[in-house]
Amino acid sequence: MTIEKPILEVEDLSKYFDVSAPLLRRLVRREGRATLRAVDRVKFSIPKGKTLSLVGESGCGKSTVARLVVGLYEPTTGKVVFDGHDMAAKHSRKEMAGLRRRFQMIFQDPFASLNPRWRVYDIIAEPIRAHGIARDEREISRRVAQNLERVKLSARDGEKFPHEFSGGQRQRISIARALASEPEFLVCDEPTSALDVSVQAQILNLMKDLQRELGLSYLFISHDLAVVYHIADYLGVMYLGRLVEVGPAREIFKNPQHPYTRMLLDAIPDLEMTGRKRIPVGGEVPSPISPPSGCHFHPRCPFANERCQREAPGVTTLSGEIDVRCHAVEEGRLAGEVEKLRMQSSAA
Amino acid sequence: MSNKKPVLEVRNLRVEFPNRRGNLVAVDDVSFTVNEGEVLGVVGESGAGKSMTGSAVIGLLEPPGRIAGGEVLLDGERIDNLSPEAMRRVRGKRIGMVFQDPLTSLNPLYTVGRQLTETIQTHQNVSDSQARKQAIDLLAEVGIPAPEKRIDQYPHQFSGGMRQRVVIALALCVNPRMIIADEPTTALDVSIQAQIIKLLKRLCEDHGAAVMLITHDMGVIAETADRVAVMYAGRIAEIGPVKDVIKNAKHPYTKGLMGSIPVVGHDLERLSQIEGSMPRLTEIPRGCAFNPRCPEVFDRCRVERPDLIDVGTSRAACWLHDPASAKKTEAAE
Ligand SMILES: Nc1ncnc2c1ncn2[C@@H]1O[C@H](COP(=O)(O)OP(=O)(O)OP(=O)(O)O)[C@@H](O)[C@H]1O
Ligand SMILES: Nc1ncnc2c1ncn2[C@@H]1O[C@H](COP(=O)(O)OP(=O)(O)O)[C@@H](O)[C@H]1O
Ligand code: SF4
Ligand code: SF4
Ligand SMILES: [Mg+2]
Ligand SMILES: [Mg+2]
Repeated sequence: MTIEKPILEVEDLSKYFDVSAPLLRRLVRREGRATLRAVDRVKFSIPKGKTLSLVGESGCGKSTVARLVVGLYEPTTGKVVFDGHDMAAKHSRKEMAGLRRRFQMIFQDPFASLNPRWRVYDIIAEPIRAHGIARDEREISRRVAQNLERVKLSARDGEKFPHEFSGGQRQRISIARALASEPEFLVCDEPTSALDVSVQAQILNLMKDLQRELGLSYLFISHDLAVVYHIADYLGVMYLGRLVEVGPAREIFKNPQHPYTRMLLDAIPDLEMTGRKRIPVGGEVPSPISPPSGCHFHPRCPFANERCQREAPGVTTLSGEIDVRCHAVEEGRLAGEVEKLRMQSSAA
Repeated sequence: MSNKKPVLEVRNLRVEFPNRRGNLVAVDDVSFTVNEGEVLGVVGESGAGKSMTGSAVIGLLEPPGRIAGGEVLLDGERIDNLSPEAMRRVRGKRIGMVFQDPLTSLNPLYTVGRQLTETIQTHQNVSDSQARKQAIDLLAEVGIPAPEKRIDQYPHQFSGGMRQRVVIALALCVNPRMIIADEPTTALDVSIQAQIIKLLKRLCEDHGAAVMLITHDMGVIAETADRVAVMYAGRIAEIGPVKDVIKNAKHPYTKGLMGSIPVVGHDLERLSQIEGSMPRLTEIPRGCAFNPRCPEVFDRCRVERPDLIDVGTSRAACWLHDPASAKKTEAAE
């Protein structure tokens, strides 16, 4: 996937965690150190003004990518490049603060991410003061009001405390706070997962409107493929720390390549009630501490062979700017085998 | 509707939570039936009263919550007025329960096999080895691979999806007349969710049990339920065959809810949205509880509370479907 003028590029990005037992226990049981590869050599980029969504099952590393991107974690390997600036390179304090201001993060839980003892006004004024965006109190108050109105709350709501708001309204407050430092890029980690569907629709509509009005770019994490279909321009599918498929979202939804992507799309509940026939999904998500050898997906994959058990697949770039990590795709045997399986399951 | 026998009948159920300022009504005048071999889906947004309805049916309301009115019948016999001891026996023998977090239903200190065999033996007079064999068969039935090995493991050695299968196996030990599943797939990953849904559906068909499936996920309902009850602010807003409720909703709330769910393959710039959010129990508006959010609200909605009204094969609690209000709006025009 090569994109002209990306706002964000990550390359070879990894985060490994040491999850070893305490030293004494390791000595007694003769265990070695254990490393968990929460994110393993991930590469993607996001163009200005667009949304890339990461999807995948619990524990596959989505939130860890988000934290790496906003600098809450140091990468184990690789780099994060924001608007041409390598975030790991030496920057003066001032440069760094300037870069940091330009991207913000929104979390899943709007209850935990707002300080309950602060009035909404102060919650939103804080980043304005911290980044020196305005110093004069009149100007600060004008900006707080403006950001509250942007998220369809009123300036008077500034006087209240977070507990006086519903879940959806609190998520609006988090968005208003994130917008207060006038960022260009928002990292959103499951921003609507804790909300009811009718409230989720309000927030998704709001986020799309804001993107259009302010030219924002999003890294939008979700496990809900229908939400992703609605919001994303680009899609990345993760499995046990690896990005197994990434590219334009519509392309992937229409014509998924990686066997895991196919399985995920097949598992989406059929709300249309078309009664479409699907290839049944089997197996469990393995433990990320001791993932299967070779291609992590091989125990669940109907197309796995001996090579898949042995060797981790590299990246194959397909037409339409889609990157896939799968031997069967690389060897060009996947399409034929999918067809065979379809025939078998419809015959059965 | 089918001519199958009703297993569960709930009539005018009312659940209250007494507090200092009076009574909070969490479930208000709720009636429905679930037939043999049928899955009734109960959907609604959080706080709608789904779980309270389920808990009231199985006699597991947390005090101070209490049934303040109505009747619950299992196979034609009232069970809402039984002593706690008698109700415990009914639950053990005739009702299976599956909750969101499988760990709440499993004892971490016992092997999966011990929990299954103990349950089997409290209800059937069978030898240890027979009980063990039944337990292995049940684990196989719910799709646990290598059940003869897995049976001697502890719950923490199972993944989330497998634990939920064990809970379902436990619910089946007694060959229940009805199964109540409250958000059984909410904590699971999508690929595992699909497996559990299929399992519940198959078991309902094979065992002829009645299933009450409580969830906030319309997708799960579309895949599993025969009929659906949509709850809003403690009441049933609409109830009917799943196809009608999903594709041809009669209540403005159901319509709004369906429109607000994103769907893969639907290219929309914006989702249709219902303004506002569900009222708290202390702030339920007069008249129709949905009236402040309803795009079709008219005068009568702010004064009178609608009961369920027949509309084709469904029933909806909405004045739009009352012939009398139709006349009135015509007259006004
Ligand atoms: N600080 C940490 N120390 C050790 N392991 C961690 C740490 N943070 C995350 N992990 C592990 O890294 C893996 C990826 O975690 P992450 O939170 O990124 O998953 P996720 O995709 O966001 O999952 P979910 O959908 O459940 O939010 C998991 O196995 C997790 O247990
Ligand atoms: N112990 C309690 N005291 C007062 N109100 C309660 C209590 N437990 C639940 N409720 C209220 O009852 C209503 C219905 O809750 P519940 O059935 O759990 O909703 P859901 O549809 O999300 O399952 C909610 O408004 C909830 O706040
Ligand atoms: S590499 Fe092999 S096991 Fe992995 S997804 Fe491709 S075919 Fe399946
Ligand atoms: S009764 Fe009135 S307010 Fe209530 S749903 Fe029907 S039209 Fe809307
Ligand atoms: Mg996460
Ligand atoms: Mg509930």
